Order: sequence, then C-alpha cells, then structure tokens
Amino acid sequence: MKIRNFFNLRDFGAGLWERSNRLQRIGIALGSILLVGLLPFAGASFLATPIASYDAVLVYPVGVFVLMALGLNIVVGKSGMLDLGYVAFFAIGAYTMALMGTHTGLNTWEIMPFGVGFAMLAGVLLGLPTLRLRGDYLAIVTLGFGEIVRLIALNSSWTKGPNGIANIPMPPDIGPLKFKLDDQKVFFWVVVIMILLTIWMIRRLSVRRPGRAWEAIRQDEDAAELMGVPTLKYKIWSFTLGAAVGGAAGVLYASKNLFIAPEMFTLNVSILILSCVVFGGIGNIWGVVVGATILGYLPDRIRFISDARLLVFGTVLVVVMNFRPDGLLPRKKREKAIVKREVSA
Amino acid sequence: MRLEIKDLHVHYGKIEAIKGISVVVNQGEIVTLIGANGAGKTTTLKTISGLRKVSSGAIMFDGQDISKVPAHERVDLGISQAPEGRGIFPGMTVLENLEMGKFHRKNRRHEMSEDLDKIYTLFPRLKERTYQAGGTLSGGEQQMLAIGRALMARPKVLLLDEPSMGLAPQMIANIFRIITEINKTGVTILLVEQNAQQALQRAHRAYILETGNVVKEAAAADLLNDPAVREAYLGTGAHS
Repeated sequence: MKIRNFFNLRDFGAGLWERSNRLQRIGIALGSILLVGLLPFAGASFLATPIASYDAVLVYPVGVFVLMALGLNIVVGKSGMLDLGYVAFFAIGAYTMALMGTHTGLNTWEIMPFGVGFAMLAGVLLGLPTLRLRGDYLAIVTLGFGEIVRLIALNSSWTKGPNGIANIPMPPDIGPLKFKLDDQKVFFWVVVIMILLTIWMIRRLSVRRPGRAWEAIRQDEDAAELMGVPTLKYKIWSFTLGAAVGGAAGVLYASKNLFIAPEMFTLNVSILILSCVVFGGIGNIWGVVVGATILGYLPDRIRFISDARLLVFGTVLVVVMNFRPDGLLPRKKREKAIVKREVSA
Repeated sequence: MRLEIKDLHVHYGKIEAIKGISVVVNQGEIVTLIGANGAGKTTTLKTISGLRKVSSGAIMFDGQDISKVPAHERVDLGISQAPEGRGIFPGMTVLENLEMGKFHRKNRRHEMSEDLDKIYTLFPRLKERTYQAGGTLSGGEQQMLAIGRALMARPKVLLLDEPSMGLAPQMIANIFRIITEINKTGVTILLVEQNAQQALQRAHRAYILETGNVVKEAAAADLLNDPAVREAYLGTGAHS
C-alpha cells in the first residue's frame, strides 16, 4: 500500500500538496524552484553529461524541450487536438530572432514579443481554416504546415536557404549576469523563468472558463457546442497559446545557438516533443515537465555509448509506455474518485 | 415560442439525409418524431440544434430564421439538446457536468443554486452522485444527467434524442414520466424516439419519418390507434 503510494508519484505528490497549508505550499514551491535553479552547479556530480557541456544540455535540449512540451500540452493535453507540426512555431520564433537580430539593432528581449506575436499570428492563420477538422485530419494538416514552414526556410533567399543564418546576437547582459557561450547558467535561468511563467499561465487558465471549455471540447466536442461553448474560438485560443510558447522557445533557442538552419526544424522535433508530452503524462503539467526533462537529458547522459544510445532511448520509451500507458505521471482520472470539492453555488 | 421547420434539406456529403421535411412545434407541446433507423430523426434534431448544416429550407424560431446561427448561439435563444448516446462529459463530475450546462448564461452565478435545486428535485439520483464522475454513472443516470444538463440552460424548447436508448424498461418508464413532468413546468419538448409506444403515449402530436420524409403527421393518440402505424412501429401487427 505504502510502496504503491510511492510508486504512484502523482497521487503521492498531490497528497503532499493537499496536506500542506498555504505557507508550506509556498515553501515547497520556492524550495523546488531554488533546487532547479541550482542545477547548473551540479555538473561535477553523477548528473554530468559526457562529451556535451552540462550547462548547454540543461538549456537545450532539456529546458527548451520542457518549454515546448508545456506549450504543446495546451493543444494536445488540454483541448485534445493532435498537432504534429508544432516545430513550425518553434521555427517561426527562431527565424524571427535570426532575421531581426541580424538586420535590426534590437536585442533578444525586444525581439521576443515579435517572435511570440508572429507565432501566434501563424497559429490563428492556420487555425481558422483547419480547426474545424478533427482528430487524424487535423494531425495531417498540422504535419503539412510544419513541413511547409521548413521548406519555405529551406528554399527562400531571405532565409539564406540551407546555409542557415549565422551571427545571431546573444542576449545583452542582465546586470552582473552575463550570457556566455562556454557558461550557459544564465540561459538556463532564463529558460526556467519562462517555464515558470508558462506553468503559471496554464494553471490560471485551467481553473477558469477557458480550462473548462477545453476540458469539455476534449471530452465531447459536440456536447460542448450544445452547452453554448464557442468551440472554434476556444480551439483557436488553445492552438494560439501553444504557438506562443513555441515561438518564445524558438527566439531563445536562436539567441542561444547563434546559428540556425532549416535542418533543425524537421518533423522529428515535433514528434520528439509530442513523445515528451505522452511519455510524461498527457494533460498533466508535472508529468510533461518530468517527461521532457528525461527525454531531453537521457540521450546526452548516455552519449558515451554513441550510436547505441538511440537504441536505449527507444527501449526506454517502449518499456515505459508499456508499464505506464498514461505516462509517468498521468492526469487525474476520477474513475472511482469521489472528488472533494464544495458546491460552488 | 414556436419552432417551425420549413422544407428542410440536409446532406451528408452527396447523400441527402433529409429530403424536405416540415415540422411545427408549438408552445407547451410535446412533439415526437418517430421512425426506423436511418429515417433522419437524429439528423433533424442535430440540424435544429446547429450541429449539422442546412442545405436548404428554414428553421424558424420565434419568427426568426436561425438556420445560419452557430450552434453555441442557439443555446442563448433557448434551444437546448440532450445529445444521443447520453453525450455527457465522462471525466467531469455530475456537478461539473451540470455547471457546463450553464456555460453560456450571463448571470450563471445567481441562477446556479436555484437551478441545481430544481434539477436535483427532478432527479434525486443525481444529487446522491454529485461528486461522482459522469463516466461512472449507469446508463439511466447518464441520461438523467444529459437531460438535467440541458435544462440548466433554461431552454424554451428541449430537444431529446432517444432518451430511452439502451435503458431497462423500468428506467424508460421513469425517464418518460420525468419528461412529462418537465413539460408541465412550461418547457416545450421535441422528442426523437424509436420507442414509439412510450413516445406516443406521452406526446401531444407526432410525425412519422421514413427515409428523410415526413409520411404522417397527427395527434399522438390517433397514431397509437392507427392500424398501419401499429403494424409498422408498435410491433403488435405481425402477431395479432
């Protein structure tokens, strides 16, 4: 019983959270944030990644994956739309940073709103005609969209085609905190802040009307429409918010990597991010964070076995999905649950 | 309140499912559409609630053509549907399901407790199950929940799609008794049913649909005693 409780980490965590009062909760939250913030200093421990620089791995893939997985989770987990072209928004953010960073004097933080804005615009433009589709059809359309964006980047002269764009400026220093290539702690902290902001946004929305509407749409779209939920509007909102997070991740990635090329934005990335969501626990924020962390980190941790690492990676996916088909930390299911809640009358 | 369907045509792709039917529902009535599988009953209902597009014809509600109004806005006008197959939200509790029924209401905060009381009086079983997930309810309870949820929107006309589907005979009788009760509180009801016997006993008027056409329209009591109807829909003709 106890072991089972511990094995079921989601219930274990939820229980711990439920039992705590407000002060303790703030303590737990701040403590976890501090621990995560100190992660870059743990590079000498067993966490160290051979070959790749530990700091850099924490930023990309780990941090950026977590951010993107959280964004994709709004679309796939919250409102139940299968988006296979999520990389497109990442690419739009990255190319916005690359083009504006090299052609204008604006710095990363000034470009960030543009990157997010363009990604959202793309989300609306793609969403308006296509979100009337459902399930498989939507998946195919988004898959196509992801490829279109990559092919445009590959074949246009203003994106420098397959050569990609180099010399993207780094973010300016924030006071004493300097962004450096060989020491990416500050990048990591920026990603953590973005992740926290995203989590905060999702949690706020989830308990309000949009959250209810998405939940209803995911469970039964026709019924939601019959309840007076403007389903198309809420689906576009969900899609656009997901796009915004993807765009933000893209801007940061370009500014960190200093160079981007179309080959970085293939279908593989979309699939990998979707795997993070499903692996961690579709629809559950903490599951998604854990899933993306593991899937981002693992390949670099075992890089010393070179090609065999992909085999290990695949095996982990297969094994975990077999034993925990709803992900590592599945979302609340309420099969037998009598939910504790006051009548909100 | 008056709901009037005029020469309605509806297509699924190239197949014409509704071939020009006209139906009138007056204030305070229970009107039933009966017919075999594929007659177009559910399609008609979905078209009234807005889930299916009208190919041609008009849906007049209170003198206004609503055939171009999106489904979620028709709820505001006072058309509420309990979907077929008890389309409740399985992962939400009974209470959350009922709250969803009020999603579009502007002053939902103030109406909530009053309407919850009303629904719980009508369906005491739902009150016992308040915090239970919708997906764990029995078929009959899910049907009650679907009807209750539709009522939360304070509809003028309630569209019911086969409320008796897959239920035990006792539960069917129970549901139909409640439908009559709801009607007595002033809600007009358009009922789609395969269980013609029960539907005709409860309804004021009835339309018989066959392959997308209205083949007969009459007072429900007359149809109950009509030999042709008895043979085709009430299943007593063949044995007598």
